[in-house]
Amino acid sequence: MHHVVLDRWSRGASALHRRDARAKTLAVLVFLIALATAQRSFLALSACYFVILAAVVVAAGLPLGSALKRASVVLPFTAVFAAISLAAGEPMRAASLIAKSYLSALAVLILVSTTPLPELLRGLERMGVPRYLLMVTQFLYRYLFVISEEAQHMRAAAQAKSGSIRRVLFNRSKFGAAAGALGVLFARSYGHAEGIHQAMLARGFQGTFRTLAARAFNKADAAFVMAALVLLLGARAAVEAWI
Amino acid sequence: MQPLIEVRDLRFQYDDGTTALDGVDFDLFPGETVAVFGANGSGKTTFVLHLNGLLTGEGSVTVCGMPVNKGESLTRVRQKVGLVFQDSDNQLFMPSVLEDVAFGPLNLGLERNDAEARARAALDVVGMTHAWGKAPYHLSAGEKKRVAIAGILAMRPEILILDEPTTFLDPPGQNALIELLDRLPQAKILVTHDLDCARVLASRAVFFEKGRIAAEGSVEEVVARFQWDRTALKRSASHHF
Repeated sequence: MHHVVLDRWSRGASALHRRDARAKTLAVLVFLIALATAQRSFLALSACYFVILAAVVVAAGLPLGSALKRASVVLPFTAVFAAISLAAGEPMRAASLIAKSYLSALAVLILVSTTPLPELLRGLERMGVPRYLLMVTQFLYRYLFVISEEAQHMRAAAQAKSGSIRRVLFNRSKFGAAAGALGVLFARSYGHAEGIHQAMLARGFQGTFRTLAARAFNKADAAFVMAALVLLLGARAAVEAWI
Repeated sequence: MQPLIEVRDLRFQYDDGTTALDGVDFDLFPGETVAVFGANGSGKTTFVLHLNGLLTGEGSVTVCGMPVNKGESLTRVRQKVGLVFQDSDNQLFMPSVLEDVAFGPLNLGLERNDAEARARAALDVVGMTHAWGKAPYHLSAGEKKRVAIAGILAMRPEILILDEPTTFLDPPGQNALIELLDRLPQAKILVTHDLDCARVLASRAVFFEKGRIAAEGSVEEVVARFQWDRTALKRSASHHF
């Protein structure tokens, strides 16, 4: 599964993996802003940023080909808008849309592939992201595994009874079965939610999440943010000055 | 001797009108392990949910001298009574093993360092120290159960309630769990269909039927009286073939 691979990657041991989640999040934010606001010479800048990101992927010990492929999951979405721009006679805008969305996805992919999700969420919390939003994300991520496993069991059961999920789209009589399966999955999720709530109460939960101490933001993290800032903004300034 | 748990005439009805408990009287004394038997739907789980205030019915439930109701004593009751649920996945909701085990102590108001120390000590008791940094979904069923028990032990309870602890475990996993539970000094209530587990651990058994305790005695007495094992099945099988 997609999230299993990212989860495995995020538990690596490179220098980038060891940086504080806040440092990496800040670097990604700087990158996104620098990329999104680039007007002139964005193709050259995109190429330059692509090289930088690819180098970061290699330095973090992630498989380059696989990471580049995974970042392309956003392309079907932007391709629609790029096609519209192209049809409207704006090929540069179309290219810009594709390049910017792909590079943004790659940057975010690097962030989540070098930071275990719990650490990332804790970092975001300390940067001021609303706690409840993060709690929901945390639970969603935790139970994604449980729910998807149940979905797989149901799929296997459907196949054992000689149904096939794959043919559902082309067979209206099977819509009912698929809808029923979704309903059961929802009911099970609801059951889990109740069970989890009971288990939380049983261990003294009173409405506020208290967690263990997070690690500190150290000098190496500060140096990392500075280096990222200099590299990303420097690259943009250099490209804009050069072209 | 003062009982740790004292239940008198406990009655409970679910919102849909189903009577789940219909006048239960029960005592749990220090050091004993009581097996709770009964058919599915006989009220066993509903009963144990009352013992740390997750459900409240009519009648009285007293834990270590404290009444169990929605009052101030509820947190203290939940510290005294550790409830290990059947589905470990529901019990392990934090992102890492250590954080999950520390969840209870933190809720009790312990400082972070103390909570972490307790969590590590509890993981040591269940033999899961090595897994402290792992995510719960990377654990096997047996490991999940151990971590769930550690999460309860970290609260230093006087009573452990285990709902079907051996479900989902393979026989070696069941044996390891039974050995672990046998080592723990707390008084225990075991809700189970697993007779082997009950025979090893329980000093007494009660049998639930239609929301009441229909009988109590030694495990063997209760099993024999309600034919709660497969003896009858074996007899009829040999008769057929």
